[in-house]
Amino acid sequence: MTRPILRTALVFALLFIALLVNVTIIQFARVGDYRDRPGNQRVLLEEYDRERGPILVGSDAVARSVETGDTLRYLRTYSDGPLYAPVTGFYSIVYGATGLERQENRILNGKSDLFFIERTEQLFAGRQPLGGAVETTIDDRAQRAAFAGLQGKIGAVVAIEPSTGRVLASVQTPSFDPGMLSSHDPAEIRAYYATLKADPEKPLLNRPIVSLNPPGSTFKLVTAAAALASGRFTADSVLPGPATYRLPQTKTELRNWNRGPCAPGGKLTLREALAISCNTAFAWLGNELGADALRQQAELMGFGTGFEIPLRAATSRFPEEPDAPQTSLSAIGQFDVRATALQMAMVGAGIANGGAVMRPYLVQEIRAPDLTVLKTTEPEVFAQAMTAADAASLTDMMINAVENGTGSNVRINGVSVAGKTGTAQTGNDRPSVAWFVAFAPANAPKVAVAVMIEEAGVAEVSGNSLAAPIAKDVIEAILR
Amino acid sequence: MRGATRALRMPRCGAVSSAARQAVEGLRQPSRRNIELGLLVGAWLIGAFGTIQVAWATTEGMNQRLWITVGAVAILSLAMHVTLRRRATYADPILLPVSTLLTILGLVMIYRIDVASALRAERNDAPIPTPDVYAQLTWFSVAVVLFVAVLILVPDHRRLQRFTYTFGLVGLILLVLPLAPVIGTTVNGATLWIRVGGFSLQPAELSKILLTVFFAGYLMEKRDSLSLVRSKFLGLGFPRLKDLGPIAIAWAVSLGVLVFQRDLGTSLLFFGLFVFMLYIATQRRSWLVLGGILFAVGAGLSYLMFGHVRARVTIWIDPWAYADDSGYQIVQSLYGLANGGIFGAGLGQGFPNFVPFANTDFIVAALGEELGLTGIFALLLLYALVVERGFRIAISVRDSFGQLLAVGLSITLALQVFVIVGGVTKLIPLTGLTTPFLSYGGSSLIANWVIIALLLRISDRARRPEVKEAAPDEALTQVVRRV
Repeated sequence: MTRPILRTALVFALLFIALLVNVTIIQFARVGDYRDRPGNQRVLLEEYDRERGPILVGSDAVARSVETGDTLRYLRTYSDGPLYAPVTGFYSIVYGATGLERQENRILNGKSDLFFIERTEQLFAGRQPLGGAVETTIDDRAQRAAFAGLQGKIGAVVAIEPSTGRVLASVQTPSFDPGMLSSHDPAEIRAYYATLKADPEKPLLNRPIVSLNPPGSTFKLVTAAAALASGRFTADSVLPGPATYRLPQTKTELRNWNRGPCAPGGKLTLREALAISCNTAFAWLGNELGADALRQQAELMGFGTGFEIPLRAATSRFPEEPDAPQTSLSAIGQFDVRATALQMAMVGAGIANGGAVMRPYLVQEIRAPDLTVLKTTEPEVFAQAMTAADAASLTDMMINAVENGTGSNVRINGVSVAGKTGTAQTGNDRPSVAWFVAFAPANAPKVAVAVMIEEAGVAEVSGNSLAAPIAKDVIEAILR
Repeated sequence: MRGATRALRMPRCGAVSSAARQAVEGLRQPSRRNIELGLLVGAWLIGAFGTIQVAWATTEGMNQRLWITVGAVAILSLAMHVTLRRRATYADPILLPVSTLLTILGLVMIYRIDVASALRAERNDAPIPTPDVYAQLTWFSVAVVLFVAVLILVPDHRRLQRFTYTFGLVGLILLVLPLAPVIGTTVNGATLWIRVGGFSLQPAELSKILLTVFFAGYLMEKRDSLSLVRSKFLGLGFPRLKDLGPIAIAWAVSLGVLVFQRDLGTSLLFFGLFVFMLYIATQRRSWLVLGGILFAVGAGLSYLMFGHVRARVTIWIDPWAYADDSGYQIVQSLYGLANGGIFGAGLGQGFPNFVPFANTDFIVAALGEELGLTGIFALLLLYALVVERGFRIAISVRDSFGQLLAVGLSITLALQVFVIVGGVTKLIPLTGLTTPFLSYGGSSLIANWVIIALLLRISDRARRPEVKEAAPDEALTQVVRRV
């Protein structure tokens, strides 16, 4: 029986070799692959063993690690968690990390190559590597003002410094408490996460930079910019503004919000049309300019680009190939035009900055564990979207919209504010989205802000009544 | 013809020929027990070092209870060594130390997972679970008692042949016992356990030994008729139709285990064991082909008919799609292994308890995480060594029953290792089987130690000089002893 026994032994030898080869593939060849999988908590857990750097707003740590004495040595805590959740994100054993916790992970956990010298020192000293600090561009007062204003609503606010692109506020409601997702209790984390996931108001969504909505009448700023850029129109050009506008090639009648003509006689200037947000005039204007001119203007202001601030923002869009009626609707921010609050803040900031749209950024500085500055973000021009003259003209029109038009609620004593309301329909019988885009002081802008409120009422006035007061609070917080 | 083959293969089968020659010449074999003792001391040192490492990496360090545990393991394995000196002088010197080392590695890992569970419980303010390592130590002592008992009660493995059919019947009864009312218990969907007086036992573990004895005895008797060739097909001689009975029964019983007890692993183990033993007994490769076909048919049918089989295969194909529920175990196992990398996280420094059932089915994943690819290689080579010694014993023993029994017992071990390690590392679909010597659990530990006891008994028989019985005068034989 020796021969079959030897053959059987050979079979098992082959089976064992198969085991050895397979385990080599797992533990050697594909290690990186498995480690990078998002659900792999082990990689996170290893990081819990070292002190993770803080996320700073001004000089205050809004996210920091405290020592616990557990097996998980450090616990991530958040002061004012829900307030800063869209900025910090969370850092969870169960669900991985989001927000700056994720994007700046290598800084915070000290593994970035920026820390090469520190790491080498630590290696020889036998110490655990320390994490670096991430200082944000957020202005604490603006952030708080926006958050307070949004309470009880579903919405988002983004404020930008027009001259640099620094994001001064990025706020959402409803929000969530990252501290509860970053605890060391998996059961608690899972339960809380399930609640958040089940919430129809989607608190986990990073609304300011991810939520895409039709921008409605705030998009008229883009249309007006395109009109000025065309050279065919000035602020004083007279446009038709009848009670109804029949969309080209269709029998559909577009009406104004007030169901009447925009001006007695149905004719008004571009300045007046923007001030009272005249739909029929802008629909007509959109068709005069054409879809390509509108898209080009929109893209110069950031539409069609996915910004990484470094959090990845959703790409705002202007429809690909709209026909004539769709172009008319797109010109007033309806049809398939979609924008984030970040994008509309960029539109405001671009106009405020003499037409130069700055790349938005959320991280001001990267610091070593000993707080020496390792890297500073330099402002960068994204595009010159308008000429300085056109920008000044549009700014005038926006001041007029606040002082004599629909944006009355953003008026501030002694400060000239430029603004534009918007209310967009999101579908038949669905609540509309209220918008407000503003910047101030109009002559030397320090802040541009976009407020977006979902499930607002159905009247054009909601932009002014719901969104404008929040924009005003944020502007005041910055200017104070 | 067979003799000629053997002569040609002389250098390869050194153990056989030299044993035979020396026996004829009346030379006394070296017992090699001292080599065994030396290796055993090595195993203890590794065990003590591992325990100390876990203790220092996870808690304040060694305590009295741990030192007692380390000492107890040494004393228990020493008891086995002494038994071998007295009762099986010429037994293989490798099997005991290697199996002991595997058991020790299991104990170290079970202790390590105990520490992790305790820490987790502490964090969640839950009551700290009873450590498993001391229970496993108790089971090890029971295993040692049975090991000694087997070597004393079975002075010659050929005596077992007398009980062929008794063992077969008892083996079958034990196999189906978990289905019996009152004592049968279903855990995690598989009906494998019986509960007697507070203890849970897996009778299939004992059954696999009894059935191996039965297969060996039965195939010894029937191999002449089973190796008759009826027809030739594709160059292979196929058996007569009426001789298909046994394999059909084995197939049906295995499927029965799969269907009624929902135990893929045991089902696979029994059928594979039977087919390989059938092939070895008859030397007809056609049995392997037939077995393979029946396996494919059985696997295909059960895939189509049973949800639990289908689920296993689906998870195997893409565990990532089920990473949060049914694929959680295997995904965590792979993460753990990847975390270990080549050299491992170090004992006490990984997260082995992330894998559910870390100290039973998935203990290899836990070891792989903390000891790395290096550790897994060492582990698999230890198993390969045990199996290789088993096959070597099978070749060297002179009686056919002993050959079949030794090879059957070795195959049992090898199949278990392949099925569970392959499952844990996603080489094959996961089927629940314990990892021999390593896994927490009494039935499995005891059964595998009984297997080692039987292999040692057979090896003692194989190497024991025949002349010792014929010529009791040892002084004479020692005169001509070659130094």
